[in-house]
Amino acid sequence: MTTSSVDAVAGCGEALVQLEHVVKDFPVKSGSFFARKRERVHAVADVSLDVRRGETLALVGETGCGKSTLARCIVRLHDLTAGRVLFDGHDISVASHAELRPFRRRMQMVFQDPYGSLNPRRRVGSIIGDPFAIHGVAHGAERLRRVQELMELVGLNSEHYNRFPGDFSGGQRQRVGIARAIALRPDFIVCDEPVSALDVSIRAQILNLLAELQDELGLTYLFISHDLSVVRHVSDRVAVMYLGAVVEVAPVGSLYGHARHPYTRALLSAMPVADSERAAAREEIVLTGDPPSPLDPPSGCRFHPRCPRAQARCASEALVLAPRLGDTAEHVAACHFPLADGEVLAAAAARAESL
Amino acid sequence: MTTAGHAAIRSRGPWELAFERLRRDRAAIAAATALVVVVLVAVLAPAIAKAVGHGPGEQFLDVGLSPSGIPVGPSRAFLLGTDGLGRDVLVRIAYGTRVSLLVGVLASALAVLVGTVVGIAAGWYGGTADRALSRTMDVFLALPFLVFALALVAVVGPSLTISVTVIAFFSWASVGRVVRAQALSIRELEYVQAALTLGAGHARIMFIEILPNVTASVIVYATLLIPGAIVAEATLSFLGLSVVPPTPSWGNMLADAMAYYKVAWWFVLFPGAALLLTTVAFNVLGDSVRDALDPKHDPSMAVSAEEAR
Repeated sequence: MTTSSVDAVAGCGEALVQLEHVVKDFPVKSGSFFARKRERVHAVADVSLDVRRGETLALVGETGCGKSTLARCIVRLHDLTAGRVLFDGHDISVASHAELRPFRRRMQMVFQDPYGSLNPRRRVGSIIGDPFAIHGVAHGAERLRRVQELMELVGLNSEHYNRFPGDFSGGQRQRVGIARAIALRPDFIVCDEPVSALDVSIRAQILNLLAELQDELGLTYLFISHDLSVVRHVSDRVAVMYLGAVVEVAPVGSLYGHARHPYTRALLSAMPVADSERAAAREEIVLTGDPPSPLDPPSGCRFHPRCPRAQARCASEALVLAPRLGDTAEHVAACHFPLADGEVLAAAAARAESL
Repeated sequence: MTTAGHAAIRSRGPWELAFERLRRDRAAIAAATALVVVVLVAVLAPAIAKAVGHGPGEQFLDVGLSPSGIPVGPSRAFLLGTDGLGRDVLVRIAYGTRVSLLVGVLASALAVLVGTVVGIAAGWYGGTADRALSRTMDVFLALPFLVFALALVAVVGPSLTISVTVIAFFSWASVGRVVRAQALSIRELEYVQAALTLGAGHARIMFIEILPNVTASVIVYATLLIPGAIVAEATLSFLGLSVVPPTPSWGNMLADAMAYYKVAWWFVLFPGAALLLTTVAFNVLGDSVRDALDPKHDPSMAVSAEEAR
């Protein structure tokens, strides 16, 4: 593949964050009080993934596929059920609160909801100054100066430090959240759907800000989104998640041009296209049914009950991420029957329905 | 730190906005005025005693009682009449105000302090700590107040300190429950998660992230707790379990008046009225503070929303 070799250059670096067989289950109680059953939601199932220094790795998938849970596992808002998270070579998945502190300075998170992520009762200057206060970095006038510097850096009026979050618009609030995240000059930022709660007109501004900051500060991003058109713009590599498992990882050009996994293809086909001619020409795949319950995920390939290409071995044989159909090591997919370039999935779907 | 230019941009905080709303609320102004008068009476009690020339424990057996030993009614000498021992009811009410306010405010403050700390801790830590603290609060809410107070006073003897302690002891759990419920919902919010990812410790999250968001309801609860504490103190005094006679309190005055209510209406009416006025004023103010702190309940905004429709 010619394009994948070009794309591979974009994100070549050593791994900053390594996920090794990460598993996260949530126990749930169900049934009546007397016949209580303890079940487990398998939110993240055996995910192994590297985030390389300086790149933007996008994590995409539909709502409820476990991408936010995975992100929260990385920054240790959740403890892992099994597996390891390595940050710059150090295992942080079992570190204590105190042991984590030095790593907290180096990895940060930008949250989805610009209304929920800022304390409404505190002034933004004090919110942006939180990282300094918590890590005892700058005090008094020095802290104020650095807070104002950060506000300028993210495009806010530095004189507004005495205002409350309620005085700002959604986009401005997200800038406050970003200022807080970059305050301690971290290496790695998890962006959990940073623009999905914003007006479409504001999204580009925030995405551009994130890109500028990445250039300026040498940041590494894990960018979580369900919006593939956004992902295409911001990311170097893309990991596609379905029901807690990563089904395909590829450089962005390679993924959008040569998706191997039927689920990736279906996701891509749902992406809106502005050009009407291309929109008419493209294949549209409508997946039938809802994603299965993560309480009782399907065996084998988790996508098989909805996959038009599924055969008996999809339900029985477990899958690994591996290069398919002669792809480079950069483009891996977990599928027994990967799609060749130009192969039409809709035809397979039609066949499946007529049977 | 702030120059004049910066000060100009400083936006008004939620507290300032709430105070602004409170100032436009007529019921709140009336209640606050009444409470200012009550506080003034308490502070100026010695001055009042001096002005009328009667001490709080002074008995006027000659002019304060009729020849048959009945209290005399309101007159120029005794503005609110006298009690069964020929003492000036006005002066005794003024001194009683001191007891009521002191016990009401102190007991409520203590209850709010303990309740807030326990509530936030239960809500934030969750799990076993929450279960233990919640059950403790349930137990405190289930204890019978008077029986417990009677038993305690029987052991240690009546005093103001005991009244404050007993009343606070029986009120903190209700504050704790309210605060716990709020802390429980706040801990799930993203700004708490953000503080966690920054490496904030337990104390910082509880007192910097959660506390400012529960203070509004705590303040409302406190203003509604004070009248309850005042009534509780009056109850204890009535039963002779609080301040010791001859120190006057509204409660022990009412108890004394029980023997005279058929012949000396003033002896029952005025201490009772003082109690009623104070508790109603605190309750009205508490309601107004709640409306002011929660803009969603702002009646003026509700009207404008209807007009918009």
